[in-house]
Amino acid sequence: MHLIQQLLFILFAGAAIYFFAKKVGEIRRNIKLGRDEDRTDNSSARWRNVLLQAFGQKKMFKKPTPAILHFFVYAGFIIINIEILEIFLDGILGKHRMFVPMLGGLYSFLIGFFEILGALVLISCVVFLIRRNILHVKRLSQHELDGWPKTDANLILITEVILMSLFLTMNTADQVLQSRGVEHYVLTEPFWVTGHFTGMLSGMSTGALIALERSCWWLHIVGVFLFLNYLPYSKHLHIVLAFPNAYYTRLDPQGEMSNMKEIQNEVLYMMQPELAPAADPNQPQQHRFGAKDVMDLSWKNLMDAYSCTECGRCTASCPANITGKKLSPRKIMMDTRDRLEEVGKNIDKNKSFVDDGKSLVHDYITVEELRACTTCQACVEACPVGIEPLSIINQLRRYLVMEESNSPQEWNLMFGNVENNMAPWKFSPDERDRWAEEMASA
Amino acid sequence: MHIKSMAEYAANGENPEVLFWVGCAGSFDQRAQKITKAFAQILDKVGVQFAILGKEEMCTGDPARRAGNEFLFQMMAYNNIQTLNGYGVKKIVTACPHCFNILKNEYPELGGNYEVIHHTTFLQQLINDGRVRLKEGGDFKGKKITYHDSCYLGRGNNIYEAPREVLQALDVELVEMKRCRTNGLCCGAGGAQMFKEEEKGDTRINFERSAEAIDTGATIIAANCPFCTTMLTDGVKNKEKEDSVMVMDIAEMVARSLAD
Repeated sequence: MHLIQQLLFILFAGAAIYFFAKKVGEIRRNIKLGRDEDRTDNSSARWRNVLLQAFGQKKMFKKPTPAILHFFVYAGFIIINIEILEIFLDGILGKHRMFVPMLGGLYSFLIGFFEILGALVLISCVVFLIRRNILHVKRLSQHELDGWPKTDANLILITEVILMSLFLTMNTADQVLQSRGVEHYVLTEPFWVTGHFTGMLSGMSTGALIALERSCWWLHIVGVFLFLNYLPYSKHLHIVLAFPNAYYTRLDPQGEMSNMKEIQNEVLYMMQPELAPAADPNQPQQHRFGAKDVMDLSWKNLMDAYSCTECGRCTASCPANITGKKLSPRKIMMDTRDRLEEVGKNIDKNKSFVDDGKSLVHDYITVEELRACTTCQACVEACPVGIEPLSIINQLRRYLVMEESNSPQEWNLMFGNVENNMAPWKFSPDERDRWAEEMASA
Repeated sequence: MHIKSMAEYAANGENPEVLFWVGCAGSFDQRAQKITKAFAQILDKVGVQFAILGKEEMCTGDPARRAGNEFLFQMMAYNNIQTLNGYGVKKIVTACPHCFNILKNEYPELGGNYEVIHHTTFLQQLINDGRVRLKEGGDFKGKKITYHDSCYLGRGNNIYEAPREVLQALDVELVEMKRCRTNGLCCGAGGAQMFKEEEKGDTRINFERSAEAIDTGATIIAANCPFCTTMLTDGVKNKEKEDSVMVMDIAEMVARSLAD
């Protein structure tokens, strides 16, 4: 009987890890579809961002209530995973609470600590469910979340509530069995949380308790494995990608827009033809200007899309969105991920990407959304994990203007004025220092 | 007062302490010209040797670049850098955060390396150094004033304190809006929005921001950007508060408070 359980466990764990690794490989490949961009400089500043933003969740604390609740869930997730290690080894080796003899008194202390965290995770997730479904916090109930994104969010929270309930029920049953001296159930000190609830189960027969304890144990670990495989399909992937994303986030001042070297050179060679290199027939073909589709964005933009957990702090701070425009920085990230997933499936099916007549601009993100951006950087500032929606918006705008000549009439006038009058308005360059002349005569 | 150009300094074989980059708004826009004049007046009064490029100055290319027209931006940047490097300019002060950001952060990669300072930081330094002396009990003493963080000075370049320190030096009663500093709300002009109609929405961004500023009960909204000044002035008019609430650039406030 034990052997079958062990084999089943190993089979299940192996499958879970295999499928997870496979999907991670796909995501990695998808991210690498993006253009090259060097984000490896200044590693000390980057590690600082990992510590402060990812581990320390610095930006979350701009909104203290969700920040504290989120911190419980996050700490619970990381720390309770230590307990998963024991459960995992027990499963493979067919033991029960194999760390008890090794850790002695420390064991009950650790489990007690995990239980407190588990209870906090449970309470926090319930509060999160209330915020989403009853209080309808604005940023958590906006239109771009209709359908799958809302279901995804609720599934994550409900799963965590169930997993924590299983963990706590299992421990409660375990302690009743310990007190009855049942074989395998090694005696420990009472656990801090569930130690108080043993009375609720003391009326059950030993057989029923063993069944309960075993069911919880199995459902919990199976749930964990299933959840692991759910992650790559969910916004919850941020629990993994928040860390690398914080590392690779930009270090330049937020106001700085990335340079387009190819255009810089083109202008330089036009002004100073003697600097132009001789035409090279082997030169790789010019890339399109700006970004039309996900492959035109940088790999970091694509990693951003997979790191986004759709919390909406960006959208809640976006002046365009606040005043009722269609632009939502969160939707920019969600669209980028959706399109990237679609491109990935296309590659899975056809070995390499086959034109499907669609693109990120137009089919996912409309011109109206892009035109509404004031480049104020509030979305970038707001993101707790260092995502830059503005970078994507800027690249899509470059494509619209330079490849499609798609700009509003007023912008065309402005471009004409800058080019001809050296100012965005229609004034003569001779008038530029008129104010100074006025001061001289005053 | 005669404002000298770089060409005049160069003709005498001299270099000014600093180049005042006026920017297109500061040069052509009637409201912003007042800010330009106020700042020039301060520099002149305290004896800062400064020059302007005059007719040689061109748009930095900021609105073109933000709209997506990188070609036009690169053309403007190339020409400006030629001019600036030709004069051997080392230090630039500007009263426009968009010019400030692009000169400071985006020109170096194109070969234009200068020490670039926003005028609010420059004013704060002049006050700290004792070069700018302010009247005791000036016009703004004890007045309720709110400060609007422009995006490209604040979030763009992390400058939040210098403008506030200038306001403190004027002895104002500074009242902050809820959305201030890193959370400051845009005036709606950035990203070349100044040059087009807003997209369809429930309200205009400048109306939203001006309403927030008016709600603080301030009688003056202090700004640091010619575009914010225009947008907020329009927003105040929309609320029909132009008789009780004024939008002023920090340079204008300092100019009115200079000790004799």
